[in-house]
Amino acid sequence: MAFITANWNPLGEAFYRSTELYEMCWNLRDGLRDCLVAAAPYGGPIALLREPVRRSPSSRPQLEIYSASGVAIASFPWKSGPVVQLGWTVSDELLCIQEDGSVLIYDLFGSFKRHFSMGQEVMQSQVLEAKVFHSPYGTGVAIVTASSRFTLATNIDDLKLRRLPEVPGNTWSAGEPTCWVVLTQDRQTKVLMSNGPELYILDTTSCTAVVPPGLGPQAGSIVHMSVSFSYKYLALFTDTGHMWTGSSHLCRRPKSQQPSVVLMWDRLLMVAGVSHDTIQFPLEDPCVLIGELDGVRIISSANQELLQEVPLVCQEIFKIASMAPGALLLEAHREYQKSSQKADEYLREIKEQSMLGEAVRQCVEAAGHEYDSNTQKSLLRAASFGKCFLTDFSPEAFVSTCRELRVLNAVRERGVGLPLTHTQLVYRQFYPLAIEVCRYLKIPDYQGVSRVLKHWASCKVQQKDLSDEAIARAVCVKVGDSPGVSYSHIAAKAYECGRPELAIKLLDFEARSGEQVPLLLKMKRSQLALSKAVESGDTDLVYTVVTYLKSEMNRGDFFMTLRNQPVALSLYRQFCKLQEQETLKDLYNQDDDHQELANYYVTASYREKRLESRLSLLQTAVDEYNKAKNEFSAKATEEEMRLLRFQRKLDDEKGAGLLGLSLQATMEALLALGLHKQAEQLYRDFRVPDKRFWWLKLKSLAEKEEWEELEKFSKSKKSPIGYLAFVEVCMKSNNKPEAKKYVSKVTPEQRVKAHLAVGDLEGAADAAIERKSDSELAAVLARCPASDRQLLDRLNRAAAAAAKK
Amino acid sequence: MAHSARTDCPELPDFFLLKRLARDQLIYLLEQLPGKKDLFIEADLMSPLDRIANVSTLKQHEVDKLYKVEYKPIVSTSDQLCFLIRPRIQTVKWICDVANADKATGRFRRYKIIFTPQKFYACDAVLEEQGIIGDVTTDEWSFYLLPLDDDIISLELPEFFRDNFLAGDQRWVRTAGSALHLLHSLYGPFSKVYGIGRCSKMAYESWREQVEEGEQKARQAEIGKVFLIDRDVDFVTPLCSQVVYEGLVDDIFKIKCACVEFGPDVTSSDKSIKVMLNSQDRVFNEIRNEHFSNVFGFLSQKARNLQTSYDKRRGMDIKQMKTFVSEELKGLKQEHRLLSLHIGACESIMKKKTKQDFQELLKTEHSLLEGFEIRESISFIEEHINRQVSMIESLRLLCLLSITENGLLPKDYRSLKAQYLQSYGVDHLLTFANLRQLGLLVEQQPGETLTVMESKVGKLVNDRTGGKLSDAFSSLAKKSNFRALSRKLNLVPKSDEEYDLRVPRDMAYIFSGAYVPLSCKLIEQVLERDGWTGLEEVTRLLNGHEFAVTGSSGADSKAKNDAQRIILVMFLGGCTFSEISALRFLGRERGCKFIVVTTAITNSSRLIEALLDNLV
Repeated sequence: MAFITANWNPLGEAFYRSTELYEMCWNLRDGLRDCLVAAAPYGGPIALLREPVRRSPSSRPQLEIYSASGVAIASFPWKSGPVVQLGWTVSDELLCIQEDGSVLIYDLFGSFKRHFSMGQEVMQSQVLEAKVFHSPYGTGVAIVTASSRFTLATNIDDLKLRRLPEVPGNTWSAGEPTCWVVLTQDRQTKVLMSNGPELYILDTTSCTAVVPPGLGPQAGSIVHMSVSFSYKYLALFTDTGHMWTGSSHLCRRPKSQQPSVVLMWDRLLMVAGVSHDTIQFPLEDPCVLIGELDGVRIISSANQELLQEVPLVCQEIFKIASMAPGALLLEAHREYQKSSQKADEYLREIKEQSMLGEAVRQCVEAAGHEYDSNTQKSLLRAASFGKCFLTDFSPEAFVSTCRELRVLNAVRERGVGLPLTHTQLVYRQFYPLAIEVCRYLKIPDYQGVSRVLKHWASCKVQQKDLSDEAIARAVCVKVGDSPGVSYSHIAAKAYECGRPELAIKLLDFEARSGEQVPLLLKMKRSQLALSKAVESGDTDLVYTVVTYLKSEMNRGDFFMTLRNQPVALSLYRQFCKLQEQETLKDLYNQDDDHQELANYYVTASYREKRLESRLSLLQTAVDEYNKAKNEFSAKATEEEMRLLRFQRKLDDEKGAGLLGLSLQATMEALLALGLHKQAEQLYRDFRVPDKRFWWLKLKSLAEKEEWEELEKFSKSKKSPIGYLAFVEVCMKSNNKPEAKKYVSKVTPEQRVKAHLAVGDLEGAADAAIERKSDSELAAVLARCPASDRQLLDRLNRAAAAAAKK
Repeated sequence: MAHSARTDCPELPDFFLLKRLARDQLIYLLEQLPGKKDLFIEADLMSPLDRIANVSTLKQHEVDKLYKVEYKPIVSTSDQLCFLIRPRIQTVKWICDVANADKATGRFRRYKIIFTPQKFYACDAVLEEQGIIGDVTTDEWSFYLLPLDDDIISLELPEFFRDNFLAGDQRWVRTAGSALHLLHSLYGPFSKVYGIGRCSKMAYESWREQVEEGEQKARQAEIGKVFLIDRDVDFVTPLCSQVVYEGLVDDIFKIKCACVEFGPDVTSSDKSIKVMLNSQDRVFNEIRNEHFSNVFGFLSQKARNLQTSYDKRRGMDIKQMKTFVSEELKGLKQEHRLLSLHIGACESIMKKKTKQDFQELLKTEHSLLEGFEIRESISFIEEHINRQVSMIESLRLLCLLSITENGLLPKDYRSLKAQYLQSYGVDHLLTFANLRQLGLLVEQQPGETLTVMESKVGKLVNDRTGGKLSDAFSSLAKKSNFRALSRKLNLVPKSDEEYDLRVPRDMAYIFSGAYVPLSCKLIEQVLERDGWTGLEEVTRLLNGHEFAVTGSSGADSKAKNDAQRIILVMFLGGCTFSEISALRFLGRERGCKFIVVTTAITNSSRLIEALLDNLV
C-alpha cells in the first residue's frame, strides 16, 4: 500500500504508471519475434500469426487466437495466401488481409465466416501495407498497393470501396509512401501520408499537401506517424530524430492539452510529453503496443502491462504528502483501523474545510481507476467511513462504483481475460455470466438481456446436432417475447447456416409480419412473402415484393400470383396505369376481364390522333364489351364510331370542326352553323329524345335571334317541353315581346310562372286568382310592389277566400 | 343560435405546434443542401406550404427562386435544384426528364427531392428505372397535418379518396396512421377509439403498430376520444347541396386551404381579393355555421351595430377621440371591411341560389332523401341532363338518386346513361364504370330483391378464401341501404312539421331541416352509447368493419377531465363543411368539442370530379 507510487514516473506535471495486467498464460517459444500480432481494443483478444512470410510453399504458418490474458482460444494452420495484416473488428471478428487484397473474416473461435476483396486493381498490384481502423461507422480497412494507390472501405459490414486519388507526381522515387495513417474526422475518412518530408491528406476527391505548423524542412523526412485512439492527436517522427505532436487537424494545441506519445525502439520504450522530459523503460523482449482509450497496453511474450497517465484523482490521493481531502480521508480511515485517535484529527481537518463530501467523492472515483483490488477496497472503505459523517450524501455513485468494480474484477479473472463491456462478454459466449452482469448492472432489458438472448439464439441455430423442432422450441422458450429480440434476425441466421425450414419455423414467431418479408424473399418463398407483406399493411413492402416477383417469375406465373392478392394487384395496376400501359392490357387479358379491357381500349382510343386507328381501337373495345356481355356499352361505343365518321365527313365537306365533340355539342354546332338538315339527321339517326332536341333547337334559335324561325318551330308540333321554356328562353335573350307570344300557350299550371317571368303582374294575378292556389297567390304577392294597393287588395282577398276553403 | 348552447364546452388544444414542427423540419431539410438553390414546388403544395413557411422564410434559407412544378422543361440557372413534391410517379418522372436533359447537355447540377409527407417505394423504382437514382438525394418532409382552423386539420391529400376507394390502392393508409400517431404523441394518449369502415380499421391498426414500435411517454391527454370514419360509409351527405354559409361559399367560390378568392362581383371593385376564412375573422366566425336564410339578416344587424359604434364618435372630446382612434377604430375598420366582403358574397350567392332553378334542385334533393315523388325527380334529372345544365351536377343527382333508391331500375339506368353520354360524350362510359365500381351509380339487379342479394353477398363474404372476393362482388356489397338506415336512425325528420332554421333543434338544420347527415348521426349515436351496442342492425346495413377500443390508459383516466370531452373525428376520404358545422352544433348541444381531421375538405363537385375519367 505504501508503495503505491513506486511505479509512478513524473513527466512534466503529470505522472505515468505502468501496471502489470497479467503474466501471460501462453507459452511462446520464439517470443513475439517474426509474428504478426493484432489485439482488439478494449482489452480484447489477441491474434498471432507466426512467420507470415512463407519460407517454402509447404510450410504453413500457425494462426493462434488468445484471450487478453493469454488463454488459448483457437489455433489452426493458415492455408490461404500470404497475410499482410491482421486486425479485429468492433465486434471481435478477426480480419486477415492477404497480399492479393482479399480479406478473410473469422470469428473469435477461429471459424471462417466470409471474405471480401479490396478490388480488382489491388489483386494485380498486390497489397503493400494495410491498416484496420475503427470509426463511428464500424470497422474499416485501408490498404496501399505496390503502385502507391490507396483503397478504403469505411465499414466492412456495408462494403463500399473507395479508391483515393493519386499522389501528384513527385520528385521522390516511385511515390511509395514512407508512412501513413487513417484519420476519421468530420464524418469523413482520410489518409494522411508522408513521402519523405512532404505530407499529404487524401480524401475521396482530392489530394492536398499540408505542412504541420512548426515543423521546418530542416527536420528531415517523416518516417513514422501515429494517431491517437480518439483520432484527435497526431505524432510525427522524422529521420533527424525530431518529433512533432499536435492535433490531427494539423494545428498545435495549447501546451497544457498536449498529449504524450509512447515510442518504442528495439530495447527501449520512451514516453515523450510536453516538456523535453522523457520517461524511459528498458525492454528485454520484443513487445507490441496496443492503443487504448486511456493508455497503452504493452504485450510481451511474458507479461502484459498497462501504461497510462495516472488519473488526476489518484494523483491527488496518493501523491506523497498530499493534503487533498481524499488523501486525508484515506489516512483517517487507516488510523481508525489502527484504533488511533489520529483518525479523529484527520477527520476534523477535513470537516473544518467542509470538504468531507469532496473527500468521499475522490475516494470513490479513485477506486474506479485502480486495478488492484486491495487498493480498491481500501479506498472504498475509506469512502464508506467518511460517508458515516455525512447526513445527506447520495449513495448512488458509491453503489454503482461497487457494482461496476465487482463486474470488472470478475471479468478480469485470468479465465475470462479482461473484457470491459457486456457486449464483449456476449461475443465470447459466456451467456449466463453476461446475463447476470446485465441484471446486476441494471441495464434495461432492451439493451442488456435481450441482446444477450439474441446472440445466444443466433448461435443456437447453428448447432447442427439438434433437430429443427428442438431448436425452435428451445429458442421460443428462452426468448419468449423479450423486448428487442427480433425473431426474423434469428431466422436469418438460421437461413445463413443452411437451415431454411428452421428459419420458417422461427419466422412464425415474429409478430410483425413486415419483418418476415425480406428474409422470405431471400429464401425464395415469394408467395408467402407477398401475403405477409399484404398482411403488414405496408404498401411499400408489398411493392418491393411485387417488383421482386416481376423480375424473378415468368409473366404468367407473376400475374397468377397477383390475382390471388387483390391488394397487390390494385397496387400494381396503379403503377402500370402510369408507367406501363401495355402491361395493364396483359393483366386484364390474363384475367379475361373483358370489361376492363374494353375500358382500356376506349382510353387508348382517346390518345390516338388518327381517326382510323381510333376507330379500330374503338372496334376492339366494342368486341370486348360484347364479350363482357355489356350490350349497353357496346352500343354506345358503336354509336360513337358512327358519330366520329359522320363528323369526319362533315369536317371534310364543310370544315365544321366537329371531330371529337359529343352528340349534343355536334348538334349544337350544326345548328349554329345553320346546318339544320344535318342536325335533324343526327336527331333521327341517334334517336335523340324529343325533349333534348327541342331544348337544343329552342336555345340555338334564340341565341341566333331567329325569332321567326323559332315561332315556326314552336308551331311545328306540340312542344314536348311545354311553352314555359319558350317564355324563359326568350326572356333570357331579353326579348319580352317574343316571350309574351308564348305565354298564352303555357299550360294552366305554369301560367302564373309564365306571367311572372315576363313581368306581367296583372296577368299573373288573374291567373293565380282563377286557379285559387295558395302558393301561387303567395308567389305573386311576394313580387307585388307595396305601391300597387289595388292589386294587393285583390290578391289578399283572393288569398283569404282560398284560405277559407 | 346560442340559445341551446351549453357554456361548459372545454377548450381546444393548440395546434400551432403542428405548424412549428413542420416548419422546423422543412428548414432543416433545406439546410441539408447548403448554398443557393432554386425550389420547385408541386402546384397543390403551394397553398399548404404558404401556411407553414412564407417566401421570406424560404429565402432566409438560401432558396433563390421559387417555381411551380409544371411538367415542362425548366429555365433555372441555379446549380442546385430542390424539388418539394408529393410522392407521385408523374412528378418523379418529370424530375428524371429534367435531370436527363441536363445530362444530355453536359450540365452538372445537384438535385434534391423532398417528398411529403413520405416517399413511396415506387418513386425510387422510377428514379432507378430512369437511371438517375445516383444523381439525386431524397428526403422526406413528414408534414402530415395542416391546421386549417382551431378545429379543422387537413392532410391535404385529395387523391386519398380516389386512390383508396376507387383504385383499391392502400398506400395512403399508412400515412393516415402516421398522422394519427403524430396527434397521439402530441395530444394523447387517447382513452377510446371508435371507427367504422375498412380503411379506418387499417389506419387504426397502422397507428397501433407505430405506437408499439415507439416508446410512450406518459403525459396529460388533451384529446380524449377518437372516431374514425370512411367516406364510403356515407356518400349521401357530401352529395347534397350545401346551404350552410361556409359550405355554400365552398360550393360556389371554392375554398382552398381555408382561403377563398372573392371575384369582382363580390368585392364590387375591379380586382379579386383573397380572404382567409377562419375563426380569426370575427364576422365569418359568427355566420359560418348558419343556415343561409339567416345570414343576410344577421349581417344587416351587424352593419347597424357597426354604424352605432362609428356614431359614438360624435360628441366625443379630444381625449376620448384619441382613445377611440387608437383602440377601437382599427378593429371597427377591420370588421367593416370583412362585413362588406361577406355582404358582397351573400349578394352574389343570393343571385345564384335563390333562383327558381336552385329551389327546384333543392326540392328534388329533398324528395330523393325522403323517397317521395321519385318519378318527378327522375324527370327533373332527365331535363337537367338534356338542358346541359352542368356536367357535374347531373352526375351528382344521378348518384344521389341511385344511392337513395338502392340503384336505378334497368330501364331508367340505361336511358339516363344514354342521355348523359349524348350530352357529354361517350368517354364518360369510363366515368360510369368508376361510379358503378364505387357503388355510387348502379343498376338494380333484375329479378332479385334486395334481401336475396344481401344474403348472397353476406354468404360470399363469409365463404371467401384468401381474399378472392372479386371487385364486382365487393361493389355489390357496397349496397347503400340508405332507405333502411334512414328509418333506423331517423335521418329524415317528418316533413309536415315546421322547422325553424333560426333555432335549430337538431343537425338536420344544415340541410334546411330535411336530413340529418348520416356520418354525424353515427358519431352522435356511438358517443352516446360509448360503442356500437344497440347499433348492430345499422352496422350490418353499413357492411360492418366497426370497432371500439379502449386505450391502455383508459381505465385510470376515467376521471371526468376536460380532455374526455374533446373528440377527434377523422374522415378518411374527405369531409364537407356542412358536416363540420353539424359537429360543431352537436358539440354545443353536448358540451363537448369536436376536432375534425380530414384527408381533404370535399364537396359534391370535388367528389364527382375525382371519379371522372373522361380524358378529352
